[in-house]
Amino acid sequence: MFKILKYSFFDLTRSRWLYIYGAFYFLLTVSLLWLGGGLSKAIISLMNIILVLAPLIATMFGVMYYYNSREFTELLLAQPIRRSHIFFGQYLGVACSLAISLLLGVGLPFVLYGIFNSAEIWNFSMLLLVGLFLSFIFSAIAFFIALRNENRIKGFGLAILVWLFFAVIYDGLFLLALSLFSDYPLESFAIGASLFNPIDLSRILILLKLDISALMGYTGAVIQNFMGTLLGMACSLGVLVLWVVLPAWGIKWVAVRKDF
Amino acid sequence: MRKTILFATLLLTSLAAQAATVTVCPGCECSSIGQAIASANAGDEILIQSGLYQEGNIIVDKALHLRGEGWPVVDGENNNEIFTVVANGVTIEGLLIRNVGTSYLKDRAGIRLKRVRDFSIRNNRLENTFFGIYLEHCSDGVVADNRVEGKAEEEMSSGNAIHLWYCKRIVAEKNQVRGHRDGIYLEFVDDSRIRYNLSEHNLRYGLHFMFSNDDDYFQNTFRRNGAGVAVMFSRNINMWENRFEYNWGRAAYGLLLKEIYDAEIRDNVFLENTIGIYVEGSTRIQYQRNEFNRNGWAIKMSGGCLDNTVTANNFLDNTFDLSLNSAPNNNSFDGNYWSDYNGYDLGRDGVGDVPYQPVKLFNYVVNRTPEAMVLLRSLFVDLLNFSEKVSPVLTPANVADNAPLMQKLNFQS
Repeated sequence: MFKILKYSFFDLTRSRWLYIYGAFYFLLTVSLLWLGGGLSKAIISLMNIILVLAPLIATMFGVMYYYNSREFTELLLAQPIRRSHIFFGQYLGVACSLAISLLLGVGLPFVLYGIFNSAEIWNFSMLLLVGLFLSFIFSAIAFFIALRNENRIKGFGLAILVWLFFAVIYDGLFLLALSLFSDYPLESFAIGASLFNPIDLSRILILLKLDISALMGYTGAVIQNFMGTLLGMACSLGVLVLWVVLPAWGIKWVAVRKDF
Repeated sequence: MRKTILFATLLLTSLAAQAATVTVCPGCECSSIGQAIASANAGDEILIQSGLYQEGNIIVDKALHLRGEGWPVVDGENNNEIFTVVANGVTIEGLLIRNVGTSYLKDRAGIRLKRVRDFSIRNNRLENTFFGIYLEHCSDGVVADNRVEGKAEEEMSSGNAIHLWYCKRIVAEKNQVRGHRDGIYLEFVDDSRIRYNLSEHNLRYGLHFMFSNDDDYFQNTFRRNGAGVAVMFSRNINMWENRFEYNWGRAAYGLLLKEIYDAEIRDNVFLENTIGIYVEGSTRIQYQRNEFNRNGWAIKMSGGCLDNTVTANNFLDNTFDLSLNSAPNNNSFDGNYWSDYNGYDLGRDGVGDVPYQPVKLFNYVVNRTPEAMVLLRSLFVDLLNFSEKVSPVLTPANVADNAPLMQKLNFQS
């Protein structure tokens, strides 16, 4: 598995898109830090972008890589290697290279700016951690979808739809439910519903760090009491891990049964 | 008539020349402050040298000048009020007054002034006094340069640092107050000035006005209090050049206005408060040249606010610039700078050509269902706000800045 991971990884490092992705983050972060002024402000702006972009790019990249390396995969399948190793290797190769682009693109400017001497270090680490999780989660989902669909157009469409669902539609439904049932106490529902969407969960984790909880009144208090504590934090990170594990398990499940 | 005045002046000056000084120190002939007051005449100075005086219930009933040298400590041992002033023309300075002790039956104070005038309480330090300086039915006095520090833990069992009740023409300046229920509290106080004070880490309010009219407060700093300043049921209050900082928490605000008429709020800075200004039922208020920086809500207005003018202010990076809970209103919001404004200025006159609508759709949604705040800063909400901005349906269209500024106002000049 490690060999395939290494191969996929180095294959991807030759890809131009990965560099463009990393360079984009780098330029964005540099301009936010030096032109926008202020670490805290830069972190909030970056959060808005990473929460949308990291899942989108991970989804696109995952699907694209699977379809493009289709011939090579068939070659590998003919070898005496376990199927789960092949696909996990490829998946981890994609996810790791995306993660490294993000880490370098966002991390380097912050290090140059002097994040280590600042009180914002925890907020920043949270942002990076969340960005890494989102890369892993959405590339796993993308691989799972691509494995299930031989038809490229269908696979692409479905992957984009899944991204759109989590990034936009889910929140719309969430808001609709909140306003429809506004006569009922909705705090537990709000917490529960945010656990089911990795993007929402990531956003709330960062916002809590940035102390926006004070704006949320009673709901904020409830959420802070749940997620602000060590147990709540562990719980939400656990859910994020689960969000990685579930699609990865799905990849294995499909890969083992699939007739190539 | 002129002769009598001349005579009186001469008499006074000769009296002043004769004013004796009574020295108090632990080893002196006169070793307690109470003893010194009993032996002194009106107009005398009592010089209190450094040392520890475990005394309470000291009643100052003559026009005396109590002066501490080298910070003498007057300790009430947690069960006494310390100074009670009942004569006009008293000055108290240079003392370190401590340990009054909590009382639920009496509002004990470090220094209490009762029905007196022409007093001056300056340059004292008060530590762990239940109420710090308590003025009742006083007028024409000065409370300046005092440092009042308490250890208040809950509102029920704590007092105010400087407490004014039924007073007139008082000046409170350059005081530093912290760790009490309210930093400075005014009830039925008219024609007074509160200036250059620092009020921080108080449980409830940094400064609190109740039923007080025609007062000014300016160049004060209110930092990390339960809430910065509360002005309630008062008329003609001028609020100038103050800083309201870091009043952050679930029920915190920089400035609370409730039933206020004809006030002027200008040149203040509101930095990182949950709510910059929270307004309820207030009318004819001018908001000018204030800076609202990184607050949760810059201004939150409830119903019954009429004829308010918000103009020439800077609204910088607030989560919400404005929140209103009543649709019709006749308040004016013209001529401000909003950092969220992204209109254009074809005429190059510094004024944007497109009106700015400070009330966002999400704001409206959050007012109806507070739980929706969990969706803050999500892509969906941004899209929602954007589409509402393009074609307003739900947000009140008449709440708009018709002349938004393109450049941030510079108040330093």
